[in-house]
Amino acid sequence: MAAHSAQGQAALEAYPGIVVVGGGIAGVSAALEAAEAGYDVTIVERNPYLGGRVAQLYKYFPKLCPPYCGLEINLRRLKDNPRVRFYTMAEVARVSGRPGNFEVTLRLKPRYVNDRCTACAACTAVCPQERPDAFNFAMGKTKAIYLSHDLAFPMKYAIDAESCRLSECARCVAACPYDAIDLAMQPKSVTLKAGAIVVATGWDPYDARRLDNLGAGGLADVITNVAMERLAAANGPTGGRIVRPSDGREVMSAAFVQCAGSRDHNHLGYCSAICCLASLKQAVYLCERNPKARADIFYIDLRTPGTYEFFAQKVFSNERITATKGKVARIGLDQAGGQLVVEAEKIASAEKLRLAVDLVVLATGMVPSLAGGGIAGMPAPDSDGFMSEGEGIFAAGCAKGPLDVASTVQDAIAAAALAVETVRAAARG
Amino acid sequence: MAGKLGVYLCAGCGIGEALDLGQLAKTAEGAGASVRRSHAFCLEDAALIRADVEGGTVNGAVIAACSPRVNRDVFRFPEAVVERVNLREQVVWSHPPGAGETQSMAGDLLAMGLACAARAEAPKARAQAAERNVLVVGAGMAGVSAALSAARSGLAVTLVEREERLGGYAARLYRQFGEVASFAGAEMPAIEEKSAALAALANVTVHLRSRVVEIAGEPGRFKVRIAAADGTEREAIAGAIVLATGWRPLETAKYARYGLGSAPDVVTSLELEEMARHGTIVRPSDGRPAGRVAFVLCDGHEDDAHLPYGGSVASLVALKQALYVRLLNPHATAFIFYGDLQTPGRYEYFYESVQADPGVMLCQGASVAVKRREDGALVVAAEGTPLGPSVELPVDLVVLSAGMVPELGAAEPALNLRYLQGKGVPVSKFGFAESNFICFPYESRRSGIYAAGAVRQAMDLAAAERDGRAAALKAIQAIERSATGEALHPRSGDLSFPGFFLQKCTSCGRCTQECPFGALELNERKNPVLNVNRCRRCGICMGACPVQIISFSNYSVDMLSAMIRAVEIPEAPADPPPRILVFACENDAYPALDMAGLRRLHWSAALRIIPVRCLGSVNSILVTDAVSRGFDGVALLGCRPGEDYQCHFIQGSELLGTRMVNMRETLGRLMLEPERVSVLEVAISDFDKLPAMLEEFVDTVQQLGPNPMKGF
Repeated sequence: MAAHSAQGQAALEAYPGIVVVGGGIAGVSAALEAAEAGYDVTIVERNPYLGGRVAQLYKYFPKLCPPYCGLEINLRRLKDNPRVRFYTMAEVARVSGRPGNFEVTLRLKPRYVNDRCTACAACTAVCPQERPDAFNFAMGKTKAIYLSHDLAFPMKYAIDAESCRLSECARCVAACPYDAIDLAMQPKSVTLKAGAIVVATGWDPYDARRLDNLGAGGLADVITNVAMERLAAANGPTGGRIVRPSDGREVMSAAFVQCAGSRDHNHLGYCSAICCLASLKQAVYLCERNPKARADIFYIDLRTPGTYEFFAQKVFSNERITATKGKVARIGLDQAGGQLVVEAEKIASAEKLRLAVDLVVLATGMVPSLAGGGIAGMPAPDSDGFMSEGEGIFAAGCAKGPLDVASTVQDAIAAAALAVETVRAAARG
Repeated sequence: MAGKLGVYLCAGCGIGEALDLGQLAKTAEGAGASVRRSHAFCLEDAALIRADVEGGTVNGAVIAACSPRVNRDVFRFPEAVVERVNLREQVVWSHPPGAGETQSMAGDLLAMGLACAARAEAPKARAQAAERNVLVVGAGMAGVSAALSAARSGLAVTLVEREERLGGYAARLYRQFGEVASFAGAEMPAIEEKSAALAALANVTVHLRSRVVEIAGEPGRFKVRIAAADGTEREAIAGAIVLATGWRPLETAKYARYGLGSAPDVVTSLELEEMARHGTIVRPSDGRPAGRVAFVLCDGHEDDAHLPYGGSVASLVALKQALYVRLLNPHATAFIFYGDLQTPGRYEYFYESVQADPGVMLCQGASVAVKRREDGALVVAAEGTPLGPSVELPVDLVVLSAGMVPELGAAEPALNLRYLQGKGVPVSKFGFAESNFICFPYESRRSGIYAAGAVRQAMDLAAAERDGRAAALKAIQAIERSATGEALHPRSGDLSFPGFFLQKCTSCGRCTQECPFGALELNERKNPVLNVNRCRRCGICMGACPVQIISFSNYSVDMLSAMIRAVEIPEAPADPPPRILVFACENDAYPALDMAGLRRLHWSAALRIIPVRCLGSVNSILVTDAVSRGFDGVALLGCRPGEDYQCHFIQGSELLGTRMVNMRETLGRLMLEPERVSVLEVAISDFDKLPAMLEEFVDTVQQLGPNPMKGF
């Protein structure tokens, strides 16, 4: 068990703190690296838990290792480091001031569960209401009072106010042995001082319903790549079984449609950088889980830069995984009603293809979470919704551009370095 | 030694309902410990523990409550030994309430916690003043960026560059492709401005035409010898090091099939930069302007010139240089031959802007060859391009992508480390300074030494700039943590470190070989010497030592052995319930068990689980101890070894695998079946499968029957 010594740190006490907006892998990495260098950091996270998108991934490419593994280490670093503080269910309402002297105003949503929660689960046993499980992209349900996921930190329950009848029910209040539930909890405002700000607000999956030719939303067995991560995960809605949403049958064939929304000026003009690798990885999930299944990947360019090329070669050494350079025009339902039909055109030969499959995975791209609008007092996002940097305000990770996890961490530490430079400069005057 | 033990029995979260806490209290009192009980020690009653510790009545707090992974801040009492007994996740949440075997398990775990705490001491840091100076080796984009960031963050910087000026390859470019400000077109290289900014900083010392001839010591105080080209040598002390030696172009011979070196009008992208900087792109053979220029990406798998780790740089450079051709001669045409254009992320816009130029032809195709026609004209032949199934295109100039080979020094390693484990930094199979971690891209096997830029991974200038800055922050961190005696990643903040009882050392050197971080050197008597700031506190040396002389103040073979002995082995004459010892990696397997508990998945009550810092810290003698004590089996739960290892200490699970060979021999000598000891590979996400995996092992052991050594 680690203990912290203040020895040798006296000289650093004078520096203003750093506020990190976003507690995903970018925000947590930026915060920890600055804190372990001796600076005070506060993380502001909109979810009830830290960890962000990576917590929802089944495995990382190219090592095919579980994201929980690195998350566990990061959370332990965080739990043991008094220099890092955090707010969950919090968003930044506005920012004012100058480098060295920012004021960051937070809006805290009520969690309806206070810090006395021990995660004993007595509340869920009595809760009569259910909610769509946001962690599993609404595939499956949880009780209205819930713990987000198995590695949720803080390990405290939260109440979904949209599904809970609050004081009309209050069975959980009676069941909680620790007086941890407060149904009268109100939104709160908190103002933090900051010397520098790191914006690590991350990304959301592109809304696949806009891709009407690809059937998302209309056809039950057309899913997105993020949903596929949850299907493969042991703590996902199917307990890790890769089955068709329509009838629960084991998936024996899947088509992966690359650039579903990306590299398309009607949707996202840029390449989302990770989707080719994500599909390669997911093809492996499928073939491992359902050993007789086949995976076909339709792509424009296979973007596997750098050492990822080795990963691609390894994936394609499985003869049940193939890739076709071709653009998918349409996805429909077979007349007989069973299978999906993918219509595509090969790029080199213009040859038309029709392929019947059990499942279609749309490799939907990344939309910066700030695309819906920026934060008052901060530089406005650019035309794609990515963060523009300002004096003393630095972007990290997918808030700045589409990145894989290793590049996100690199970027986050680099942003933390700028924040450290800023608070040092501010202290010099 | 914690002589004043206090046991804190928590009844919360179902513990009180599932267990007879009175009986546990008796166990504790029998061991001479004071006992307090609460319905929730994590709430107000945490103050009771604090008062006992601060009042001096307790110097070893054994908290029998939730997992040690939970409420770490609540139960942090640095002055005392704190031992957590996991009654919640790993007993009552995962076993039937009120059952005798559940109660036995809880009793054993408490006795194990007491045995450990009685032998442990709260760690005291070995802290020494650290030198707040960062050595940066290499002054290309990554190095200059690292130096700037470290200096701006208040540290002194020593920058060593072998060339006679700053900037490396970045300073030899005509333009660089833009990443953020403007996606269209190419921009002026940013390196000049950065080099100028660096020159203006007072706390930066630059050594040009110099190299590092030796680095000894450890983070906080590396001793560095720097030799200048004129032979003069200097010494410097550096707290941490950024390795930014960049890249060198792939050797000419690899491009033989394209005529590089034999055909004068076949050049590399580096030579094209040179031409562009001088204002004209010409044919080297006759000095005439090159009107038709072909760029060949050399990205076919079978190609000698293909570097399988080249990244997106080659694609982006070809696109940028096609713009040079057009910019410097509006009548010229550029052709780019490629397999897959790697322009990830928002570089897509740069790609589109080049594609929109009618004078740039993008030719996706296979088997690109460069030939000379009978009339002497240079021809690029390709198949399956949009220009036709098989084309032969006469061109003036062929430009081949210069492959980026990580520059870690050819004759002499770049850093010349005076480490027993070798002068160079460990490298990956691709030749890059090694880090195998996706989540922790700067963590390597050489503490306080951080690689940045093209020596770490093929990357473009914008990425190298970020990489240098990030490595600088890691270097600052290494210095600050050395000053307080705290461990670096992944046991960040740990103050414990290994001690050596040298009177019994046999000088076998195994600890120095097995330490993944090269933390141990040998003195003239061949005894290990610890460089504490290189040490990551994993305990692999403790697991390696054949005479068990290595221990931490709060983690030792003696403590683990005492925990094993604390377990009560049922010896009923007929069919005693089995007992199986489990060592679980605390980083992955142990959290997986906790999560299984959180899901209320049940597992065999025969298991007695001990978390270990790394599977590599498990000394073989502990397995022998366990079977001699009467345990029917031993399971070791650890991370995936091998090429895609997941061990946070790199080699821990691999080394344990090697030790298993000896352990099996030992079992053979004891006339026991080797199947009684098993290593199970467990990932943190295996929480759903883990109970069944353990059940299977229990079954295997039960089929072998009770350990015949029981009761001896």
